[in-house]
Amino acid sequence: MIRRAVEEEDPDRLYTLTGGRSRTEDLELDLVTIIVAESAPSAGMQSEHVRILRITLHPTSVVELSSELSLPVSVVKILVTDLLDSGKVSARHPSSALQRASIPDSEFLKKVLVGLRNL
Amino acid sequence: MDSAISERTPRAPLAATAADGLKIVIVGGFGVGKTTMVRSVSEIRPLSTEETMTQAGVGIDKGLQGKTTTTVAFDFGRISLDERMVLYLFGAPGQERFWFLWDRLFSGTLGAVVLVDTRRLADSWYAIDRLEHHGTPFIVARNNFEPPVHDLGQVRDALDLSPEVPLIDCDARRRDSSKQVLISLVDHLYSLSTARENQP
Repeated sequence: MIRRAVEEEDPDRLYTLTGGRSRTEDLELDLVTIIVAESAPSAGMQSEHVRILRITLHPTSVVELSSELSLPVSVVKILVTDLLDSGKVSARHPSSALQRASIPDSEFLKKVLVGLRNL
Repeated sequence: MDSAISERTPRAPLAATAADGLKIVIVGGFGVGKTTMVRSVSEIRPLSTEETMTQAGVGIDKGLQGKTTTTVAFDFGRISLDERMVLYLFGAPGQERFWFLWDRLFSGTLGAVVLVDTRRLADSWYAIDRLEHHGTPFIVARNNFEPPVHDLGQVRDALDLSPEVPLIDCDARRRDSSKQVLISLVDHLYSLSTARENQP
């Protein structure tokens, strides 16, 4: 359903939303980076920015934003980066982004196991 | 933009203290039970979104400038592990043509569960090969929507799976069974991690 919604989206509109930018390689946002609003929407703000600020009154991951806005992840990353640049939101980066090793240390994994066993 | 759907079914918000997003990918062929597994353990109704990728080069659907644009939809759910850690589960189709996307979408993932259907084992060969090549830790779970006819040793042989990769049975419809699959994966990661830490 969402897939169809985006496919029917006018490409010009997606272009306008992102100001024509399509490069996301240099952005450090992950699917699971958690975004939190730091200020209220202001007058004249782009409607998608306003929606992101409203949704992120509660901490919300990039992938959940993408689903809720019915926009591709790459487009959401660009919109969120605008808000990060202007200090309207903050980002809580996943610890996996900071570690170099492919497998986390055992202390970290122990916490994950405790969380899973408590489900 | 169609916003009516998501606004009719509000998503339970994360805890205010949520700070560290973790990822596990569930890979498998069409109809093997990926979304069923996500649904059985997720604290939210599984959501769906999509990513579009444009890459130059060979492929189907070539555009005018020789670029290939692919849109891939994927499902996900989440589990709050404690006040800081939130585990996201992504269901990903295992077909060969999607793999260049997973490389980017799922970098930094803890590990993967390859969900297999013994009637269609060949569907998982490519996924297993790719995960091994990437060094992404994974386990294989046979989803039994029906009682199995082969023993796991036969499945291991048919998949040509290395002895150190865990292979287990599960029923993706059952929450405790799906939870056990995730625990098995993290147990496996834990062994790999402690083995590395104990290296001289």
